[in-house]
Amino acid sequence: MEQKIKIALVGNPNSGKSTVFNALTGLRQKVANFPGVTVEKRTGFTSIKTIQGNKIEAEIIDLPGTYSLYPKSPEEILPFQLLCDPHNESHPDLTIVVADGTNLKRNLFLCSQILDLKIPVILVINMMDIVLQKKMSIDFAGISKRLGIPVIGMDGRSGKGVQELREAIGKPLVSPVNDFIDVREFAPGLIEELRSIVKVESNYNAFLAANNLSLISGFEMQQWKKDKITAACEKYNFDAQQMQARETLERYTVITQILKEHLTSHEVPLQKSNSYKIDSFLTHRIWGYLIFMVILFMIFQVIFSWASYPMDWIDNGFLILSEFARDSLPSGLLNDLFVDGILAGLNGIVVFVPQIALLFFFVAILEDTGYMARVSFIMDRLMKKFGMNGKSLIPLMSGVACAVPAIMSTRTIQNRKERLITIMVTPLMSCSARLPVYTLLIALVIPRGDIFGFNMQGVVMMILYLLGFVAALGAALAMKYIIKKKERSFFVMELPMYRVPRWSSIGIHVLEKVKIFLFDAGKIIVAISIILWVLSSFGPGGVFDSIEAKYHAQSEKGIIQEHDVARLIQTEKLEASYAGKLGHLIEPAIAPLGFDWKIGIALITSFAAREVFVGTMSTIYSVGGDESVKLTIKEKMAAEINPQTGGPRYTFAVGLSLMLFYAFAMQCMSTVAVVYRETKRIRYPLIQILYMSGLAYLASLIVYQLLKP
Amino acid sequence: MMSEEMCSLSSMRKGQKGVIDSFTDYELSLKLLEMGCIPGEIIEVIRVAPLGDPIAISISGYMLGLRKAEAGTVMVKLQT
Repeated sequence: MEQKIKIALVGNPNSGKSTVFNALTGLRQKVANFPGVTVEKRTGFTSIKTIQGNKIEAEIIDLPGTYSLYPKSPEEILPFQLLCDPHNESHPDLTIVVADGTNLKRNLFLCSQILDLKIPVILVINMMDIVLQKKMSIDFAGISKRLGIPVIGMDGRSGKGVQELREAIGKPLVSPVNDFIDVREFAPGLIEELRSIVKVESNYNAFLAANNLSLISGFEMQQWKKDKITAACEKYNFDAQQMQARETLERYTVITQILKEHLTSHEVPLQKSNSYKIDSFLTHRIWGYLIFMVILFMIFQVIFSWASYPMDWIDNGFLILSEFARDSLPSGLLNDLFVDGILAGLNGIVVFVPQIALLFFFVAILEDTGYMARVSFIMDRLMKKFGMNGKSLIPLMSGVACAVPAIMSTRTIQNRKERLITIMVTPLMSCSARLPVYTLLIALVIPRGDIFGFNMQGVVMMILYLLGFVAALGAALAMKYIIKKKERSFFVMELPMYRVPRWSSIGIHVLEKVKIFLFDAGKIIVAISIILWVLSSFGPGGVFDSIEAKYHAQSEKGIIQEHDVARLIQTEKLEASYAGKLGHLIEPAIAPLGFDWKIGIALITSFAAREVFVGTMSTIYSVGGDESVKLTIKEKMAAEINPQTGGPRYTFAVGLSLMLFYAFAMQCMSTVAVVYRETKRIRYPLIQILYMSGLAYLASLIVYQLLKP
Repeated sequence: MMSEEMCSLSSMRKGQKGVIDSFTDYELSLKLLEMGCIPGEIIEVIRVAPLGDPIAISISGYMLGLRKAEAGTVMVKLQT
């Protein structure tokens, strides 16, 4: 019979844990969120042969990196809950602790805590390539004997040690016997009492329960148990912080002793390392910022220009597909739903894949090499002022191409508040979908010609981009004071040695991100897309039928040209549809901004994506698709008369007001979907829609009221 | 020649070395302790961010970045 076991993979950040995970599971992985939190749960599967020759199916959970079992962030609570609570559904049968061999002292700290939980442990000492390079020598047998667990040296990059690890997993599971440190001495009597309350075998687990009581929100523990623990702690005068400090010191004392006996290293000052030399450039007060700017610019260029080719292919592919579907399926409502609702929605999702893949390819390289930590280091002072992190600049800049991948890349920001602010303000950056809108409106209301030797239209375009950036910083500043989080903002961060990126890990990472987007955010996007389709293709009563009848009749009489019929029907149908009605409905609200109901319709359909503005405008103004579209829309819009003034509808004031509206308003269902996916709270995308639309409304209102003739 | 002088980590200049003596902020000290900043360990400021904050220190063989506000809670016996 096939046996199944659960294995948890834990380790410090930067210990090369994911390399070990990838080496063990290959592509047999899946990613989901842990229930209720936005922490990614990566699970992989592998089959292991036991020494008796049986097969074990091992489920491996890659837990977020942590330095200790004292959680300080949602990421760190998970390893703690999983390992300590035997009733947790993911509680492992075996724990593999991955330690960075070049920094055993700090890495063994976590290992020693897990040992004392008395779960079977295998210690993997990773990065052996660098250990050997540094001429350090580790006495594996000695450490193994001292800790009472198997210890395996590994070089995750070359795969050395993976086979040994598989063999070790295949051996019978043994829980550690000896306590690494005996916590009973800390509070005589209390630990025994706690053990009977929490019902755990390990003294240390009981000790942790008392220590972390204030932290474990999601721990499966009844209130009476908590009360009992609190009462017991009070009875024994248990001071959690003092105990934690004492435990830490004691562990380090033992670890130092062990390493003295079993590790020989030649202390080389960090200043001699290559990393230090590289840092002299990358964190230099001039070069550091220049290099970072160049990197940002390159990322921006790549997702802006390279991605446009595959995006065009995807759009064209969907065009062919929908034409094919329209022609080959029986025409009617289902056909329309499939082509204009579902296929259009799918197109709207898949088209993001190139940008997501490219951005994550670069972000993964920056992370994997260790450079991302330096970005935080040199930018922290500046970004801290706006309640963000140095790393926030990457999402902000990527937001100029597209907010969707940008928001997904905020996962690199550990601090929750900083991450949330970054997510909330990134959509204010002018993304590439606004470009066609700006282009059309600028051409419409901004005269050609030079201003101070610069092309005026170009200057306006640049100002719109700058406005987005300034608005993002301003909003961040406001949120810094509004959002309250109990979590204290720490910047205690390891600056790891520079390493060559691991291409296979990066590939897996990119694949993972694309999958998450397609399947998680994709669902919401298709749903909204169908709703928008319903709004614009249905009208109250039998309005649509009478429109068709009217134009066909006119066409038969020769009043209108036959090839205009479809176009005219479309225009009138849009006006008569629910979206059209909504446009009329909101007209009083948007009139102070200088907008009429036609613009109102465009504002509503733009929620699918901002560039839809141009398409909606051409439908409303009934522009034929055969001519040079943009020019014609521009001309039609320019010729539009405002019945109240008798002058042109699109005056300078209206054009500017509309541009500002598009610069600030949240009109992108994909962004809404991704914000929901990344925050797991419906309130954040809602707040975002409200505050951005409010900002847009206000800006447009002021500009229009000031400039209107 | 060794002379001993106490100061906070945030007031140390780049290149200065010392031995961790104590902490003035309990909550933060717990975080620093588990990261290996143990009293008695040798600590050295090896880099200061271009804008003067944060700083990077060398502690038990690795590089740790922390803000000046946080470094201010670490008391160090200077080695000169």
